[in-house]
Amino acid sequence: MAQPGYVSVGGWLSFTLARLIEGVTQSQAYTRAQRWLRNRGVTGRAFVIAIPYFWLLLFFAVPFIIVLKISFSETMLAMPPYAPLWEWVGEQALEIKVNLANFTFLFTDSLYGRAYLNSVGVAAVSTILCLLIGYPMAYGIARSSPAWRNVLMMLVILPFWTSFLLRVYAWIGLLKGNGVINNILMSLGVINEPLVMLQTDFAVYVGITYSYLPFMVLPLYANLEKMDLTLLEAAADLGCRPTKAFLRITLPLSIPGIVAGAMLVFIPAVGEFVIPALLGGPDSLMIGKVLWSEFFNNRDWPIASAVAIAMLILLVIPIMVFQYFQGRQMSVHR
Amino acid sequence: MQRRSFFVLTMLAFGFAFLYVPILSMVVFSFNESKLVTVWAGFSFKWYVELFNNAQMLNAAKLSLQIASLNATGAVILGTISGLVLARFGRFRGRTMLSGMTTAPLVMPEVITGLSLLLLFVAMEQAIGWPSGRGVTTITLAHITFSMAYVTVVVQSRLTTFDESLEEAAMDLGARPAKVFFVITLPIILPAIISGWLLAFTLSWDDLVITSFVSGPGSTTLPMLIFSKVRLGVSPDINALATIMVLIVTVGIVGSALWMQRQEKVRQRDVQMAKAANE
Repeated sequence: MAQPGYVSVGGWLSFTLARLIEGVTQSQAYTRAQRWLRNRGVTGRAFVIAIPYFWLLLFFAVPFIIVLKISFSETMLAMPPYAPLWEWVGEQALEIKVNLANFTFLFTDSLYGRAYLNSVGVAAVSTILCLLIGYPMAYGIARSSPAWRNVLMMLVILPFWTSFLLRVYAWIGLLKGNGVINNILMSLGVINEPLVMLQTDFAVYVGITYSYLPFMVLPLYANLEKMDLTLLEAAADLGCRPTKAFLRITLPLSIPGIVAGAMLVFIPAVGEFVIPALLGGPDSLMIGKVLWSEFFNNRDWPIASAVAIAMLILLVIPIMVFQYFQGRQMSVHR
Repeated sequence: MQRRSFFVLTMLAFGFAFLYVPILSMVVFSFNESKLVTVWAGFSFKWYVELFNNAQMLNAAKLSLQIASLNATGAVILGTISGLVLARFGRFRGRTMLSGMTTAPLVMPEVITGLSLLLLFVAMEQAIGWPSGRGVTTITLAHITFSMAYVTVVVQSRLTTFDESLEEAAMDLGARPAKVFFVITLPIILPAIISGWLLAFTLSWDDLVITSFVSGPGSTTLPMLIFSKVRLGVSPDINALATIMVLIVTVGIVGSALWMQRQEKVRQRDVQMAKAANE
């Protein structure tokens, strides 16, 4: 039977590996070691689980604890630029200095509050724009013939594989004062003077909507494609008009897809840095940009950490909602 | 099947135009003679020539390529293991924690991930002296951490859609778990592993924010170079670079789609022939 080339190569490779493993597992040293470990509660299963577990614990969970720790320490002119949180003074006295100044600073300086509110606002507007464009697209694709469906989904995913940074950059050329859009509008005589679009909040909305649109379409498509179309036939047979059937059947059934897509857009968009940095104006406050400049321009690591902790607190609920729906989707497959 | 309404077709056309007009504009203007990016002055290849004579750009691309391949390989190994654990290992202590830690990086804002990883690397250097300084090692470790989450999702969803009975049958016939994995499971999930590798490669190749946090002097990746160039204004050789990247991705994706379609046809023909032979 002809098989795809990569599968036969992979099959050969994995077969060789399995032979090798068999050779090792049948050796006496292995059996002895296995017995020794099993008596101490270490099984092969536990070992396999431990590999990704410890990686993620070390590189994903522990870093947050360190961020929390540093958000409580004082800024210092040193490398790294923060004072240690605890110090051994004298023989056995541990001095712990918890500094809340970073957090009170976040509350007193109105810059941060405005930046948080503005980020949430920009992310919310962009999420709604993504939904308004993405839902009809996903719906249209899911109701096409299977051959078209694959082609169209490939077209949705293709931009995602090309560089995100370059796609944001493309909008500079389009939105500039003497950019493509202004040139076209002016030559058509629609406007006499170039519109100011770059370095405005409008450009940030466009940039976020554009970059995150595939993330909205993908879960929506997966949801709408699975839908049982006989429900709509039943509704039509009972005299329900298509618009009403959509509102009463399709839309409620697609809510998990809407929520998953909205979270995939909203959460990263709140902390977005590249898009406001390239398309937004100097006064377009986004919290990701604030964190970046605290870290890179002011070299104030404790304040940057405090900004990150505050952002995480803001995003805990959306992240938990996302995880709930993601977990449900994975178990629905079974 | 209901007919698609005029509204849906219009929105589809608008959506795809929205996705592709910016990319097409970069492709068109990469062949523009003029330095003014948005005014057409005639056809020319000069920005491509300039791009390939830019040693800084080529070095950055080489570094990015190196990191992306290292990262993709590491992420595929870890992501496959955690996908397998989540899809096949049933209940165990800490499962919720593991599944939380694999889905959270999918949505975590990059500035937070970048900052937290940098602080971890600094703390580790102070405590155990490794990794000394920041550069390729720290960038690769950081990239593996966020891209393995994507591989996990891809592998896990592939595993949940195929039947466990094949693995159970092999187990009943006396194969050890490791052998079952390498002989049965791995060949079946291989397409997911390959697409996971490519996905991890792309994520790493493209990442700016996390890389900026954890990179050190002398390790400037391609996105970092592009960002610093773009911040100073539009430059036509970036258009040329974008065009090359779009070309590679398009050829790769369309080619692999066509190839997979052909393989599927071959497979279906084989199935039919096998059925016919049995009758």
